[in-house]
Amino acid sequence: MQVEVDVPKCVASGQCVLIAPDVFDQRDEDGIVVLLDDSPPVEQYAAVRESALVCPAAAITVSER
Amino acid sequence: MATTDPGVPVLSMARDEGAPLDPPRQYEGFRREAPITRVSLGQDAPTAWLVTRWEDARAVLANPEVSTDLTRPGYPARTPMTMPPGFFLFQDDPVHDLFRKVLTREFMVKRIEALRAPTARIFDGLMDEMIAQGPVTDFVEAVALPLPSLVISELLGVPYADHAFFQEHSKVLIDTTVTGEQKATAQAALGDYLETLVQQRRKEPRDDLITRLGEQVDAGTFSARDAADVGAFLLFAGHETTANMIGLGVLALLDHPDQLSRLYAGQAELATAIEELLRYLTIAQSGLARVATEDFSVGDTTIRAGDGLIIMLNSANRDETVFSATADDLDLTRSNARQHIAFGYGIHQCLGQPLARMELQVVLPEVFRRMPELRVADGHEVVYKSHAAAYGPAFLPVSW
Ligand code: HEM
Ligand code: SF4
Repeated sequence: MQVEVDVPKCVASGQCVLIAPDVFDQRDEDGIVVLLDDSPPVEQYAAVRESALVCPAAAITVSER
Repeated sequence: MATTDPGVPVLSMARDEGAPLDPPRQYEGFRREAPITRVSLGQDAPTAWLVTRWEDARAVLANPEVSTDLTRPGYPARTPMTMPPGFFLFQDDPVHDLFRKVLTREFMVKRIEALRAPTARIFDGLMDEMIAQGPVTDFVEAVALPLPSLVISELLGVPYADHAFFQEHSKVLIDTTVTGEQKATAQAALGDYLETLVQQRRKEPRDDLITRLGEQVDAGTFSARDAADVGAFLLFAGHETTANMIGLGVLALLDHPDQLSRLYAGQAELATAIEELLRYLTIAQSGLARVATEDFSVGDTTIRAGDGLIIMLNSANRDETVFSATADDLDLTRSNARQHIAFGYGIHQCLGQPLARMELQVVLPEVFRRMPELRVADGHEVVYKSHAAAYGPAFLPVSW
């Protein structure tokens, strides 16, 4: 799985950070998303897909490769 | 926009008899038969599109061609309104973004976590007072309302000595029994207080939200009055909403003892349980108001520039195509509960959601741990805010 975040779209809702804290974090200065792991391990797949689904800004894309 | 067309039904928020925790049953029919349909907002009031399905609701709220600007012609409101710029929900980007960006740091999950222990302390104090007072007590007045206002004081950086002042005036703002004049007085007092605090923090900065707003005043981003309005808006957006969720959450758990025991037996995870309560109760019962700035289509429907839209969150969150045939049940272990849109969707999605979640996680399990025998007091009735934009109990008499 390959994960991408479209940083300018992020509205800092914090949802991805709550769902998949090993994959997403928030920048200390403004709470905007930081991608910690762009090819996370299998056990993170479900949480990453859920993050992409609920992100209010549709800023997270997942490609299955 | 055309008004009172006899063929257009009047939108009603009235709940069905005996189902105070469920949205009007009528929405179910709309979702099935007419998921995007014309409704009127009342006698001689404008008409708007009512959006009732989850997928359509998300599509509309994420569409850059809808506006929250309530001064735009076609905005679906019964009476014309204006709001200061600091009430940035009612601004479109880029102005909205300019205000929101200043605040996102303070609402980061990490920073909100730091407020968990202070919130638990505030809660314990309120519970101690309520228990000392003895039953029968109104849980709304004793705990649900003061807690979020005290937490917002902490977040803004209102000095402890002023908490009582802040609390008292914020209570007046949402009191339905006071006159418009009393409300205006309280609003002005809070506005002046916050403006003074902004000016103080510009001279003596601290690590709090008011200081952050003060820095933007120094930088020329906005005025000190705008900064004070932002503070007032946070109170407006985060006080009664959270109080309603606390009160309704207690009622929902009392109504579902089986679910409550699953929570205590560790069969339901707390975070998931709170998401499910947010979904099931979806307090923003009047829906979210938008106006189209361009023509676009949702599903099979063409929306024209200038059309008003009401996105009915409590209907979307009961959509059986997303939450299955059990959408109307409270299930604290629901695997996709997080897909709810109780906080809205798109660029205006609730800024305070990490805070609201944390407060509910602190309060709801603890209420029943401290008062396992908690119940609606015999011979007393819960009073609900049936007509308010945000649904919840106005009066919740309890004994324990
Ligand atoms: C359970 C409690 C809460 C619920 C159900 C709730 C719900 C919502 C909803 C539905 C919206 C979107 C409105 C729209 O798009 O038209 C919203 C926006 C907002 N909420 Fe909340 N809210 C809650 C608590 C809070 C708290 C605690 C705060 C802060 C102290 C807060 C601050 C805001 C702000 C600032 C906005 C506007 C965001 C923007 O326009 O970018 N809310 N809320
Ligand atoms: S869920 Fe989306 S909007 Fe929210 S913090 Fe993550 S990337 Fe940003």
